[in-house]
Amino acid sequence: MLAGIVMSVLRLNVFFLRRWLEAPFVGVENYRLAIDVNGGIGRGMLVSFGVTVGYTLLVVGLSWLLGIFGATLLQRRFPGRGVLRTLFLVPYAIPVYAAVITWKFMLARDDGMLNHLLDQLGITDGTTFWLLGDNAFASIVVVSVWRLWPFALLTLMAGLQSIPDELYEAAEVDGAGMWQQFRRLTLPMLRPVNLVLVLVLFLWTFNDFNIPYTLFANSVPPAANVITMYVYQGSFQTWNFGLGSAMSVLLLGFLLVVTLLYLVLTSRRSRHA
Amino acid sequence: MGVIVQRRKLADALTAALVTTAGGLTACSGSGGDADAQKITYWASNQGTSIQNDKDVLTPELKKFTEKTGIEVDLQVIGWNDLLNRIMSATTSGDSPDVVNIGNTWSASLQATGAFVPFDGETMKSVGGKDKFLATSMSSTGVPGETPTSVPLYGLSYGVFYNKKHFTDAGLTTPPTTWDQLVTDAKKLTKPGGKQYGLTLAGASYTENSHFAFMFGKQQGGEYFDDKGDPTFVTDQNVKGIQQYVDLLGKHKVATPSSAEHTTTTDAIADFTSGKASMLMGQNNTAAGIEAGGMKADEFGVAPIPIVSPLPPGGEKINSHVAGINIAAFSGKNEEGALKFVDFMTSKDTQVSLNKSFGALPVTQEASQHPDFQTPENKVFVDVLAKTAAPMPMIANESQFETTVGNGMKDLIARAATGKSVTDADVRKTLENAQEKMKSGGS
Repeated sequence: MLAGIVMSVLRLNVFFLRRWLEAPFVGVENYRLAIDVNGGIGRGMLVSFGVTVGYTLLVVGLSWLLGIFGATLLQRRFPGRGVLRTLFLVPYAIPVYAAVITWKFMLARDDGMLNHLLDQLGITDGTTFWLLGDNAFASIVVVSVWRLWPFALLTLMAGLQSIPDELYEAAEVDGAGMWQQFRRLTLPMLRPVNLVLVLVLFLWTFNDFNIPYTLFANSVPPAANVITMYVYQGSFQTWNFGLGSAMSVLLLGFLLVVTLLYLVLTSRRSRHA
Repeated sequence: MGVIVQRRKLADALTAALVTTAGGLTACSGSGGDADAQKITYWASNQGTSIQNDKDVLTPELKKFTEKTGIEVDLQVIGWNDLLNRIMSATTSGDSPDVVNIGNTWSASLQATGAFVPFDGETMKSVGGKDKFLATSMSSTGVPGETPTSVPLYGLSYGVFYNKKHFTDAGLTTPPTTWDQLVTDAKKLTKPGGKQYGLTLAGASYTENSHFAFMFGKQQGGEYFDDKGDPTFVTDQNVKGIQQYVDLLGKHKVATPSSAEHTTTTDAIADFTSGKASMLMGQNNTAAGIEAGGMKADEFGVAPIPIVSPLPPGGEKINSHVAGINIAAFSGKNEEGALKFVDFMTSKDTQVSLNKSFGALPVTQEASQHPDFQTPENKVFVDVLAKTAAPMPMIANESQFETTVGNGMKDLIARAATGKSVTDADVRKTLENAQEKMKSGGS
């Protein structure tokens, strides 16, 4: 991290790659380039930031919703519960690169399974691009949710285990239905777990490099150009590691500020609760 | 509510741990080991029909080298989309191979890193001397007037491959000779329903995109750098040059839409050999890929890439760059072993064997006279290289021109493929962004 901060104030480009300590000091020039929305680089970063915010909100929201839905369903004993639990956790258990490369094959236009299926069912003509253009955003959201929701499920299942059954029995005696039990008992009891879970999901998603890089390789569509890819391209397209480091530092700063604000706000609400 | 308090404490502790470990992107670095005099590591570029094919072709030759010198070669073949980044990372980390293949257009950029052994008088003599190589190939080994840091290995130039049966079926007797003819023929070859298109492109390959931007820009009278080496991306001529290429997919709709997803020429070759596309613009080693894909040598022909006619003011008759692969040795590694290997790879027998296998052209005087390279198909590429090819700008920022413009073009091609129009303003904006990125990382 310290190396990154040092690099961000240097003109560290292709000419100084082998002797980076000799790279000229440029002060905040790299930061100025990264946040100057009148220039192409700064404007691109702002757009990428917007894409990342939308992507993160959707992925975190959907992962949490699927997680809580699955955890609630799996709370009661029924035949096959163990099998279902195992099945649901598979996306999280298999190596991310293998999983995303498989998705990439499935989403290919010409010989991808998805287009073939949609064509067979008569829903589309089977020529949709899923990894290019605006559809790329939907693709990256779906793949990320598929990968992340089992973690939410696992965490929430563990959280639900710690809620005593007596509380539910008491609630039933008082005439509370399933929805009321969920709203007035499950959610408040899960609050501490949710606070951590949402923060972790947010940090992982906002910061994720593996899924976008594997899915789009070096050809990232503007609709799915998330900030980690933008930083990567800023560094590697022109080997301008000074600029890339400045972008990384800005990203880290943003995540720290958001995290601190989140912790302050949630701890206040906890105290007032 | 003691349980909740405990859980909150646990949650806070977990949060603190996560926050301290959550961060931005970090760079990794490796470290080079001690050079072993009897071993070298060689990073080869992907020249054959697949990474495995490269290994199959190179391994017997490397064995000969080991038998001759006692030096073992650890071979790694790297795809084109990763090669430049791998080399750049190696120059930074010091965790580099001993010998590496480079796209010859990157010569000057890699020369600027100071990471490679300079081929000065004595070193050049140790690999056979400057006169061993063809002058055209030597023109792409670095900044003119400076000591080269690589020598030629394989010679390449561009041509247009065409499916003879498709042409006959469409009533076409000869390949197109002007750009308008190419577009007209491609329209005739494009059938309704998406079963057959006139062309296929490697539209998601930044290297291919930048090569076409360069050659079509030249046809339109454009230059990407001025005499001082400063970028001049944003000109009407360069915009027209890129439009000429992107319009095949957008305006004319004569290229396979999936061209936008093709990251390598190999992907485009699959369209060609499966009959989905009738033409393919590629370098001479493409022929080997086409044959490996199941087409016989007499089922396809090759011609020079058509040129705009009449040429606009300032336009040049250019339909290829002086393409090719160079070989370079990293400084501070096993330099002696590396130079022996470079000498071996550029010796007559190895040149004939490898260039035949990869469908490339020899780069040395001796090997280029070999009868196996005097075929009509090879003559097309030799003539292009001699008469209508221009060297890419031999300046330190050249590789950044390829990455910025080539990657920008990927987006334009994707827009065209997904049915969005690509206007002059869109191309201009792409070039403006590319130039700004390049300037930010410039000298």
